[in-house]
Amino acid sequence: MSVHIQNIPFKDPATRYNEGVNSVQPSPLRASDDLVDVQGERMVLNMGPSHPATHGVLRIILEMDGEIITKADPDIGYLHRGDEKIAENMTYTQFIPYTDRLDYLGPLANNVAYVLAVEKLMGIDKQLTLRCQYIRVVCCELARISAHLLGLGAFAMDVGAMTVFLHTFQEREKIYDLCESLTGARFTTTYTRIGGLSRDLPDGWVEQCRKFLAEVVVNFDESETLLTRNRIWVDRTKGVGIISKDMAIDYGLSGPNLRGSGVDFDLRKAHPYLVYDQLDFEIPVGSVGDCYDRYLVRMEEMRQSVRIIHQCLDKLPGGSVNISDGKVVLPEKTKVLSSMEELIHQFILVTQGVNVPPGEIYFGAENPKGELGFYINSKGGGTPHRMKIRAPSFVNLSILPELLPGHLMSDTVSILGSLDFVMGECDR
Amino acid sequence: MNLEFLLLSGLKVIGVFALVMPMIAYSVMAERKISAWIQDRIGPNRVGPQGMLQPLADGIKFLLKEDFTPGHVRKAYFWLAPAIAMVPAFLTMAVIPFGSAIGNQKMVIADLNIGILYTFGIVSLGVYGIVLAGYASNSKYSFLGGIRSSAQMISYEIAMGLAVIPVFMLVGDLNLSKVIEYQSNHGWLILYAPFSFVIFLVSSFAETNRLPFDMPESETELVAGYHTEYSSMKFALFFMGEYANMISASAMMVTLFFGGWTLPWFSEPALANQWLMGALHIGVFITKMLAFMVVFIWARWMLPRFRYDQLMDLGWRRFLPFALFNVLAYAAWLWMRS
Repeated sequence: MSVHIQNIPFKDPATRYNEGVNSVQPSPLRASDDLVDVQGERMVLNMGPSHPATHGVLRIILEMDGEIITKADPDIGYLHRGDEKIAENMTYTQFIPYTDRLDYLGPLANNVAYVLAVEKLMGIDKQLTLRCQYIRVVCCELARISAHLLGLGAFAMDVGAMTVFLHTFQEREKIYDLCESLTGARFTTTYTRIGGLSRDLPDGWVEQCRKFLAEVVVNFDESETLLTRNRIWVDRTKGVGIISKDMAIDYGLSGPNLRGSGVDFDLRKAHPYLVYDQLDFEIPVGSVGDCYDRYLVRMEEMRQSVRIIHQCLDKLPGGSVNISDGKVVLPEKTKVLSSMEELIHQFILVTQGVNVPPGEIYFGAENPKGELGFYINSKGGGTPHRMKIRAPSFVNLSILPELLPGHLMSDTVSILGSLDFVMGECDR
Repeated sequence: MNLEFLLLSGLKVIGVFALVMPMIAYSVMAERKISAWIQDRIGPNRVGPQGMLQPLADGIKFLLKEDFTPGHVRKAYFWLAPAIAMVPAFLTMAVIPFGSAIGNQKMVIADLNIGILYTFGIVSLGVYGIVLAGYASNSKYSFLGGIRSSAQMISYEIAMGLAVIPVFMLVGDLNLSKVIEYQSNHGWLILYAPFSFVIFLVSSFAETNRLPFDMPESETELVAGYHTEYSSMKFALFFMGEYANMISASAMMVTLFFGGWTLPWFSEPALANQWLMGALHIGVFITKMLAFMVVFIWARWMLPRFRYDQLMDLGWRRFLPFALFNVLAYAAWLWMRS
């Protein structure tokens, strides 16, 4: 099932570690005491929280020996908003807009992941209409393309190729247009609802989407022309920031960062949700685990996403997008004003929220950045008792102290770019 | 040294200066426009017709910005650095013959018989501006930028110097006017010394700190490198210095490899009027120069940035041996021929 991109043998972790250690310590000088001046002092460099390469408000305290990093200490939390606590004070539906602000580069995917978790807790995830499931998959994959395009553009910009960034933004703009006609908002989509979607596809949206898909693949090729075989780009990314298979698993990486290291694990295949098991797509896997592999994996994932969306649009069934349970989904407005039962449902749903049975659930979805998981602990009623968000960016960044030492200062930007994180999600 | 000489030299200095300053301003504009075309944007088009007055607006903006000097800098060097970065770029233009002659005046400010040595001497001074800026700013990012810059510029100067040696072995003179004379008789030197040109071109990118060699600045790593702490007109001086450097590097390439002010196909245009011909030659020179400016700008928006160690590797392990071999090959060839 997996597409192998490179066939370069792995460096085992021990070799990698030794290389890193040896490149850092000039041991002969260190041994003698009277040469202590020659070693020079380490420089502490504060990279961020406001720095062009840290994409938001990540702060890394680097300890450097010249240009070589000897210690890296990421400092996060500058964008902490307490989303998990906020969730305890509102109904399940009211929290959907907050999920827009997690990974704000692909809000549609967050919406889907969150409501799926709630639906699973309520036990209605199998009742979702087929149309709803297909549209949700389309949303997830559009979000993936959007997020990867930005990740790619920002990565390239960090390494100095400014043009790629603007090229990818052109396509992202089209995705925003699609979002706008779909949800009414470009950025903060809040599209999904528990048990369905806020609205069905507007007229002509499928054609608009197909047109976009035809155009975006051309853009992928253009970006690849600028980068994939570019000698400078390859020099800057190949062999840089190598994450071995074991290391990736040890640190709990997920998403393209995990697959870049050669682990064939994608939740869409491993634990299929929605209609992913009925779709035909492949999971690209790297082999070395360097920045170049992660770049190639993302490139290929976007192409696979296009493939998935095409299939979904082909297969898109008719019918309703919401389940027909009045206790879960808001009734039609006309009925609210004319029928007693619908009025009561509307009132209860708006004031108290959907009634979620007591229990707990963890659901992880394959989001653009990796596994976005929601753990919800319910004591019944319309609000969660406790919610925990497993943010892929947070977990992916935890590898920095291990990954950065031994690299040059300039590699920091390649590595950060290739890890493709979003602080909105990391800090929650 | 009579009065006439002083007067005419002064006139030429003012003329060159009056030509180069707007060129700098408009190459910034060109940079913005060309990058916009490459990236499928529109670019500046608000100020004046087609945005043509944008440089003026930029200039006014630089002048009106607060000239802030941070408290932790070394003031004297901090003030000195932008000037040192800017001046050498202009000084190199003194020896470049930008036209044939108008009347009986050769169109070069100083017709030095050691033209190229003077150029390299002056270009080497350029590094001091950046190193001083990095040192005086007393900030870590600037400091790293300054260190990178000194290493980079010194390394590539060597390759650059070695690259032009074959040219002068062919011509047999260091005077740049003689180089052009040789080319009008024998054809452009790029035909004789293509490798020299390649090394010279790449080194020029490194010398002018342009992408893919913009290590000292590398905005996504070092914020803004050596000029992180600069603002207002002091920053503008660095900025102008970079473009002035590009202009003088382009002028050098045109002079050394592309026949200077001579026209490629018909070396003696049948223009009766000497003044018109002089003006035409200046026009030819400027056109060729602008073509190189476009190359500089174009490359910046197409390529990623080298890493510091890769850059040094390229300079010392690839270009230096290659340039040395180039010199030896030409020496051998000339010896065989004679």
